[in-house]
Amino acid sequence: MTVKKITTPLTDSAVRDLRAGDAVAISGVVYQARDAAHKRLVALVEAGEELPFELEGAVVYYMGPSPAKPSNVIGSAGPTTSGRMDAYAPLLMRHGLKGMIGKGLRTQEVKDAMHQYTAVYFAATGGAGALLAKCIVGNEVIAYPELGAEAVARLEVKDFPAIVVNDCHGGDLYEEGRAKYAKTV
Amino acid sequence: MGQVRDLDVRAVTEAVKTLCITANYDLPRDVYDALVRAREAEESPVGREVLGQLVENADIAASDRVPICQDTGFAVIFAEVGQDVHLVGGHFDDAIDEGVRQGYGDGYLRKSVAEEPAHARRNTRDNTPAILHTGIVPGDKVRLTLMAKGGGAENMSSLNMLKPSQGWSGMVDAVVDTVSRAGSNPCPPVIIGVGIGGTIDMVTLLAKKALLRDIGSTHPDARLAGMEAELLEKVNALGIGPQGLGGSTTALAVFIEEMPCHIASMPMAVNVQCHAQRHKTVEL
Repeated sequence: MTVKKITTPLTDSAVRDLRAGDAVAISGVVYQARDAAHKRLVALVEAGEELPFELEGAVVYYMGPSPAKPSNVIGSAGPTTSGRMDAYAPLLMRHGLKGMIGKGLRTQEVKDAMHQYTAVYFAATGGAGALLAKCIVGNEVIAYPELGAEAVARLEVKDFPAIVVNDCHGGDLYEEGRAKYAKTV
Repeated sequence: MGQVRDLDVRAVTEAVKTLCITANYDLPRDVYDALVRAREAEESPVGREVLGQLVENADIAASDRVPICQDTGFAVIFAEVGQDVHLVGGHFDDAIDEGVRQGYGDGYLRKSVAEEPAHARRNTRDNTPAILHTGIVPGDKVRLTLMAKGGGAENMSSLNMLKPSQGWSGMVDAVVDTVSRAGSNPCPPVIIGVGIGGTIDMVTLLAKKALLRDIGSTHPDARLAGMEAELLEKVNALGIGPQGLGGSTTALAVFIEEMPCHIASMPMAVNVQCHAQRHKTVEL
């Protein structure tokens, strides 16, 4: 497979270059946030308050790691199911979010927002948390430490492997891949 | 009657602690071998790549002594207590929870249990309580099986109170529909536990117990074995594939457990398990 190397933060033109099915290696900063953090981030946006990180061009990683052993940067760190963040994602995209890394299906509303605001959804391999942790070279909790695994962290990644599932042009690998391999029995 | 044997519950705590850690670091051999076989057989190049990552991931987890997946699960424990065992030194259920507390702490496992689910959703911070199913069996041993059950696949499971007239074809539809709707969410390739019969509480327990079977094992009842094979073929024909990216390996196995049910009922449960099927058993 050909792998496209991309770096964060993402620009609109970088997002437009990506197509469903592309294998990518992501380098730069991504922000770890899952259920509880999203609830708080969206409350801040709605209140017009400042977020713990710059949303413009940002990529969020839907992930809550296991605790790091003393000699490790992070514990196991694979994606969680993205659908639980669907209620929050369109608002964040409206305010500049450009990329989401997770796994699993998104609603039509989220896909429409990706088209409208030029954003992209990547799938990382769920259940490969030990492998993916090797691509995370920096890890700093920047908000909500009291949430433990659900805190917001600034993660520095190097050649983090992912696949474009939903691009900003309407492409959807989950639908296309499934149709390609479906059989009648 | 056999001789009664004293067993200190501190041994139970110690055993549960070890089970939590080793189950989360070491993928069972049967699951590992099934992933290797699937990597060879998978039709999709992306699917083969994903399956290769999963095999490599299991190798890293085992050698670096880190969790296979960051979702180290709810600790579901099946305890079979011999009726000739006399438990001493404390309450059995507390000893189980203490083992979970120590295992999830010492093993650097993620604490994923929230109390007051409808409101506060506060993390209990030690992964307790365990989900404990205790049964009394003949003999003077205690057999403990721990399953680390992740949330993503559990969320995709289903309970189906069918009509008896729907028969086997109604059950096939319910299993295929459950897996189809789940799509990429439960981290395919999945393992599917199917419970048939009993009551709503028992049928979901049957589905969960079914997940403990070794992949590659054949159901001793030829009729059920045939049903498992039929379901596996139909589920894999969906094309969902590894991680839902398209492919021929949507499930690694389908396991069925059944028991009698009420003449008016046809309960059927589907417990979906991700490819990281972490479970381990010890006998005390």
